[in-house]
Amino acid sequence: MIKYTPMLAVAAACGLLISVAHADDLKVGFITTLSGPPAVLGGQARNGFQLAVKDLNGKLGGVNTQVFVADDELKPDVAVTKVKALIDRDKVDFVVGPIFSNILGAIEKPVTEANVFLISPNAGSSAFAGKDCNKNFFVTSYQNDQVHEVLGQYAQDAGMKKVIIVVPNYQAGKDAAAGFKHKFTGEILDEIYVPLGQLDYSAELSRIAAAKPDAVFGFIPGGMGVNFVKQYRQAGLADKITFLSAFTVDESTLPAQQDAALGMLAGSNWAPNLDTPQNKKFVDEYLKEYNAVPATYAFQAYDAAMLIDSAVKAVNGKLDDKDALRAALKKADFKSLRGAFKFNNNHYPIQNFYLTKVAKRADGKYETEIVKTVFTNFGDSYAKDCPMK
Amino acid sequence: MAGAAAVAVGGAGSLRRPRHVALPAVIFAAFALLPAFAALTAQHYLVDTGTRIMVFAVAAVALDLLVGYGGLISFGQAAFIGLGAYAVGILSTAGIADALISLPVAIAVSMLFAWITGIVCIRTKGVYFIMITLAFGQMVYFLATSLAPYGGDNGLTVEARNTIAGWPVLKNDTAFYYFALLCLLASYLLCRALIASRFGRVLRGAKENATRMAAVGFTVQRFQLIAYVIAGGIGGVSGFLLANSTEFVAPAYMAWQQSGELIVMVILGGVGTLDGAIVGSAVYLLAEEWLSGVTENWQVIFGPFLVLVVLFARGGLIGLSTRLSTRLWRRLRP
Amino acid sequence: MTATLFLVQVLNGLQFGVLLFLIAAGLTLVFGVMDFINLAHGVQYMLGAYLAVASYGLVGNFLFALVLALLASLGFGLLLEFLVFRHLYERDHLDQVIATFGIILFLNHAVRMIWGAAPLNLPMPEAFTGTVQLAPGQLYPVWRLVIIAAGIGVAGGLYILVTQTRIGMLVRAGATNARMVSALGVNIKQLFMIVFGFGTMLAGFAGVMIAPIISVEPGMGTNILILAFVVIVIGGIGSIRGAFVAALLIGLVDTLGRSFSIDVLRLVMAPSPARTVGPAIASILIYVLMAIVLYLRPAGLFPARGR
Repeated sequence: MIKYTPMLAVAAACGLLISVAHADDLKVGFITTLSGPPAVLGGQARNGFQLAVKDLNGKLGGVNTQVFVADDELKPDVAVTKVKALIDRDKVDFVVGPIFSNILGAIEKPVTEANVFLISPNAGSSAFAGKDCNKNFFVTSYQNDQVHEVLGQYAQDAGMKKVIIVVPNYQAGKDAAAGFKHKFTGEILDEIYVPLGQLDYSAELSRIAAAKPDAVFGFIPGGMGVNFVKQYRQAGLADKITFLSAFTVDESTLPAQQDAALGMLAGSNWAPNLDTPQNKKFVDEYLKEYNAVPATYAFQAYDAAMLIDSAVKAVNGKLDDKDALRAALKKADFKSLRGAFKFNNNHYPIQNFYLTKVAKRADGKYETEIVKTVFTNFGDSYAKDCPMK
Repeated sequence: MAGAAAVAVGGAGSLRRPRHVALPAVIFAAFALLPAFAALTAQHYLVDTGTRIMVFAVAAVALDLLVGYGGLISFGQAAFIGLGAYAVGILSTAGIADALISLPVAIAVSMLFAWITGIVCIRTKGVYFIMITLAFGQMVYFLATSLAPYGGDNGLTVEARNTIAGWPVLKNDTAFYYFALLCLLASYLLCRALIASRFGRVLRGAKENATRMAAVGFTVQRFQLIAYVIAGGIGGVSGFLLANSTEFVAPAYMAWQQSGELIVMVILGGVGTLDGAIVGSAVYLLAEEWLSGVTENWQVIFGPFLVLVVLFARGGLIGLSTRLSTRLWRRLRP
Repeated sequence: MTATLFLVQVLNGLQFGVLLFLIAAGLTLVFGVMDFINLAHGVQYMLGAYLAVASYGLVGNFLFALVLALLASLGFGLLLEFLVFRHLYERDHLDQVIATFGIILFLNHAVRMIWGAAPLNLPMPEAFTGTVQLAPGQLYPVWRLVIIAAGIGVAGGLYILVTQTRIGMLVRAGATNARMVSALGVNIKQLFMIVFGFGTMLAGFAGVMIAPIISVEPGMGTNILILAFVVIVIGGIGSIRGAFVAALLIGLVDTLGRSFSIDVLRLVMAPSPARTVGPAIASILIYVLMAIVLYLRPAGLFPARGR
């Protein structure tokens, strides 16, 4: 028995050291969709976040960082279970995610009620922008309506009179139609709601051709958008009826759409060719690391990491001081890839929005490029209902 | 191996066999002790995992009643989970948040839907039955996605867990765990009792040979409809539990893929054993959670695993373990 | 709503129906002759599309890519048959459902691992990239007309094959009573393999034909599989004729429903609720149709089995 004691002592000391070291680590839970076709978006977000951690040498705010990646499988109940495991088992200090608004709806309560900070690098539903805004919830992307308002404003300014709206028949689609109509006061000839996951638009395209609008506004994300754009071009409509869209021709769908999307207009809070030095560096690094052009999902996740970095640095690594951490997060004292960045009172960003156009790069890949700025320092319309200051 | 085969296939009839009390006793004891284990090892999330397993086990047990004993392969069980969940959600938005109201409503709504759709479904058999149950499930799913006031596709957050007669007992995760365990036990015992009764014998007889049962004088379809309605009601209980456990309701709960997963759970555990439904749910959900933590592409491993289980482990995991234990028993006895 | 628009939507419905037929034909044959529920049929459709994309990368020509993809689909289908399906013919439907479900999980993910999750593109043959003017302002893509033609051609070919050849006779006999056919001395294993291989090729062919229009992505076979099952259930299991009629019916109902449900609803309700209820109704229209057919004829419209 005696000869075990020194070993036990050493083991205990090591154990103590290890547990102490681990207790000081910054732990981030990254919940995103990595199953099914939407995995492209989730993968981009994860890549963007991990690239940022790599750029900061594995330390956010100077503290060793562990990232736990969880797949929500686009199922709200799975997301809740995984998020609870991240909080209870992995003891994360931050949860970053998700991509989709319905997942956000499910996880916002469990995360914020556990007094863990939730930072969304994409989902920006209006549900938490107004009276249900939460002090522990931050968004580095945008409020969903805003992007659609960009195109509404553009259509209005360009003198378009008749527009047809095409969106999927789910909440985000309905929000998109509403956002467009906020700024466009001309005539909406038709609002076409397509079932989620529909891939063949022959019926809808024929309707559009028959109605002869000035423009078509679409919010048709993911694989749906790839098909819609291809078929739009195949039906000969691309040269006849302007196609304005949000999240339909972005760097996640362009590799499949290729020439079919050339010249199409879109709205966004960023584009790969946005002229800031940190953005140029980011795009080059992303291309080198992942052999793909980054989309908004990647850059917003990168910014989320930078936001955490700035906040942790501001509190000198004292992760237990939640109030100080919260105040530091709110200050958003970091260099966003998009340039100017600050939070509104509801913790959604105030930023610029641009009209972009699809173009082919010198290296043969496709990207969106900024045509002009449509909104400067644009805050969302729900902030006034949020009781936070 | 006739003995093993008989045990694996006809296990339900022989209530005297010790396995019949031993296995469920072990299963429920394990569930009962889990929170204590979780507390001792300071892994609170295990309680949450256990609750999730029990929620789906309730629906799986009901499905096994239909599939294993009735021969009715329903691809629409998830619809009842969804209906039960939405009952809780909609009542909650209307300000009614007591389990004494929402649980009966969840069960009633599910049973009503099961009865109306069952009238059409029971007229069909085989793959036609599979497709018609799937179709009704899809109808409910699309209906839920179009319910804009209740979040549509985004889903609906439930303010808080249901109270019981005004007491917020279920707020505590461990208390809710035991409540779910109680529901699982009740559903299990109800199904067991049904199977052992005359009703169950008619059902099983109809599964073997419906013409013969009709010839004997039973209105087979009436029995099958009743079984379908009961399974639907238990599915509603599962939905009630799911809505309360996640405090969230979404159309995804009733997607046909969810119905498919329930079938997999039942088969994986061992169809026609009731215990198998519980074991299958546990194994499926744990495998999903564990494997998805190991690799993103866990389905590349899980898919072939399912194929292997079907090809080589007839009677699912329960059948496999019965055969192994029988062989072991034979070897141990001189 | 004009007559031209209606006509165009009918064409669209036919095109969709023809595609469904190509997939459903293989499914109903396999189910009818071998009593085998093959949920993995959808991934065979997906695989056809992926193999075409891969072949196109190698040979750069659509026709060669099509042939290569068909051969590869056939080979892969036969491999699956040999490894897994062969052992399941005697098992009950439930086991078949689970096993093929496992294959779906595996292949959907394997495809993702090999080709990535992002949607892929298959270029159309140069000659068919244009449009045809059906009416002023209504341009119809030539490729969709090619699909309709190809589908009807295959349907005609299948009809001749099934009704005029010996192998077709065996297939029809097998669909009615496989045991008896085997008892009469026909090599049932070989027949099964031929039927299965052929069904796989049809599904793969559908995948290749639709790939230039629809993006090729993991899981693309799942939704269409459900529709294919609806088709064979309405048409009657084991009946090619039933599959053809049901496929066209579903294609038309779905397309016309999607296009005109809102207009029809607007006759009875305000535009705003019509816009959200309309698509929901359009989505469930097919299932309602199936429920009605099954209520009136629980074995489908043209059941092959003489039960």
